[in-house]
Amino acid sequence: MTEPGPAPEGATAPPPPPVIEFHGVGLTYPGPPPVPALLPCDLTVLTGDYVTVVGPSGSGKSTFLNIAGLLDRPTSGRYLLDGVDTGAVGDAGRTALRGRRIGFVFQSFHLLPHRSALENVTLALLYNGTPRGQRLALAREALERVGLGHRLDAVPSRLSGGERQRVAIARAVVARPSLLLCDEPTGNLDTVTAESVLSLLDQLHGEGMTLLVITHDREVAARGRRTVTIRDGVLREREQQHEESGVRT
Amino acid sequence: MIRFRRAPRVPRLTTRMSPRDLVSEALGGLLQRPGRSALTSLGTVLGVGTFVAVLGLTATTSAQIDSTFNALTATEVTVEDTGGGDADDVPLSFPDDAQQRVEKLHGVEHAGVYWQVGLEGREDDTVRATLTGDAGDGERGASVVAADPGLLGAVEPTLREGRLFGAWHSEHRQPVAVLGAGLASRLGITSLENAPAVHIGGRAFTVVGILDDVERQTSLLLSVIVPRTTAEDIWGPPDDSSRAKMLVSTDVGAARQIADELPVALDPAHQDRFGAVPPPDPKALRSSVSNDLGQLFLLLACVCLVIGAVGIANTTLVAVLERTPEIGLRRALGARGIHVTGQFLTESAVLGLLGGLVGASVGTLVVVGVAVAQHWTAVVEPLTVATAPAAGMLTGLLAGVYPAWRAARIQPVEALRR
Ligand SMILES: Nc1ncnc2c1ncn2[C@@H]1O[C@H](COP(=O)(O)OP(=O)(O)OP(=O)(O)O)[C@@H](O)[C@H]1O
Ligand SMILES: [Mg+2]
Repeated sequence: MTEPGPAPEGATAPPPPPVIEFHGVGLTYPGPPPVPALLPCDLTVLTGDYVTVVGPSGSGKSTFLNIAGLLDRPTSGRYLLDGVDTGAVGDAGRTALRGRRIGFVFQSFHLLPHRSALENVTLALLYNGTPRGQRLALAREALERVGLGHRLDAVPSRLSGGERQRVAIARAVVARPSLLLCDEPTGNLDTVTAESVLSLLDQLHGEGMTLLVITHDREVAARGRRTVTIRDGVLREREQQHEESGVRT
Repeated sequence: MIRFRRAPRVPRLTTRMSPRDLVSEALGGLLQRPGRSALTSLGTVLGVGTFVAVLGLTATTSAQIDSTFNALTATEVTVEDTGGGDADDVPLSFPDDAQQRVEKLHGVEHAGVYWQVGLEGREDDTVRATLTGDAGDGERGASVVAADPGLLGAVEPTLREGRLFGAWHSEHRQPVAVLGAGLASRLGITSLENAPAVHIGGRAFTVVGILDDVERQTSLLLSVIVPRTTAEDIWGPPDDSSRAKMLVSTDVGAARQIADELPVALDPAHQDRFGAVPPPDPKALRSSVSNDLGQLFLLLACVCLVIGAVGIANTTLVAVLERTPEIGLRRALGARGIHVTGQFLTESAVLGLLGGLVGASVGTLVVVGVAVAQHWTAVVEPLTVATAPAAGMLTGLLAGVYPAWRAARIQPVEALRR
């Protein structure tokens, strides 16, 4: 906690604050018995980073993501999102931050059934103050960006798994968040479909989006610029070259 | 402590949702399962429908009672000549001075005995006007009424011309007649200028007056009325088929009391020969409608509404549990607990409102249907129809409170884990 934040690199203009700054952030589920799902850890994710999170099942990856996504409060440490101390804002404030700064992509898509792709994407603009008149246009644009401009009116049950996940990604990015959190985004997809989703994530990364992707898959993990490992609640940054050798095999 | 060179961008840390968004989200939720939504609101439809129908029917019957039961009927007593046990031997139980006896009673305005003279089967059964001349012509089956002069007062007549016959005519058994306007025109008698006469069964009667209108016994307008004494002289006492009656008009509020006293006043020795028919008690009449049926149905309507509310509550609760992932997602997208509460409350309120609207229509249709079948005028208070949907909405709103509260308490993390 006494360590200073990451040194700004720019000499003249002050750089934007890191998107994620964990200072001794940990979470212990209150028991009984108490479960230390995430042990206190430090982590900094800069704007435009692409961080993948790997670890065995039950190691605390989702717990970590829930904290980063403001869905859960850490029981220790300080978490700054875009430089805002999230511990200092109330529930309403955290909800507002979540709605504006964070986009979620889930393994099981979480699309509303009976609603068209367009309506599903519009939903992300409902709670963040986007004027009604702009929502449809923004949603259409987001769907076009993920290559679904031709399936605007399709309901989820008529979409393939890959298409559903791309709708979910469109929904996650339509509000232009500063951070995209993906929990096993390809977990329910076959290799080919997964590839289309992953290249979409690459594309978003290329456009400057900050990404944090949880995965079981080594290949998926290798696409990130950085990879962190969680094992038994302990978060550790893995060495880059180590990972690249893994990809080559 | 960590310090930033630049103050962090402080976001507007609130999320708002316009009522319009709330309603369109609620409608979206309801339309996901239109069949279920319709079934859910059925209880409210029944409840509100019953309410409107009961209130409407009560209003309709009250109006019906009001229109038939005016001040006129409230001051009217009819005495039937039942003859008691001697009906066969006593064709006329009313004494000759019946009018005088009754009019002595306190609170009586007019009283008069009357009966229908039966001309059928007699040699000449026509009523003819002299002015129309020839013998074959004339009104067959015209009604001839024998009456005390008091009857003419009791029916509250309006004279077109001439006058009524009075005590003197009656006493001296004069061949005089008063014509109802309807019969007069059928006989072609338009004025009394030439002192017209009518021939009743061949007997000539001088027409002394023409009735333009009467408040009671409107059938008199199609009759010729002659003094009872004269009629008795000529045709004898009334037939068995049309026994005499007495019409008594009273002061307001006196009718029931007088009805009790009448048999004694008429013939203390043979009270049983008279059946006095007092006017119905308007209060009793009205409250019998609203008390017996109305309250039962209102209770039923309440039960329906409660069932409707429970139905909505149940379905909404099921929907909340079913849509837990959706709730989690909405929370992840920036919805606050209050937005989730609002959405589910709005959904149940809209369900209730729709139920109320349909119920109000159904209830109104029932009232109109019953009124048409009964030839009544349908009366539905605008207030009833206006508040019915609101009542439905309130039902839905109350029903939604618990499910909505439950929905807001669902933790996003838990919801998304599903
Ligand atoms: N609400 C909770 N209360 C108590 N313990 C919990 C709770 N949620 C999770 N845990 C525990 O915390 C640990 C970390 O769970 P988490 O869901 O973060 O794992 P994960 O790495 O995401 O696993 P997976 O890869 O299977 O999704 C697990 O041991 C889990 O049982
Ligand atoms: Mg997980």
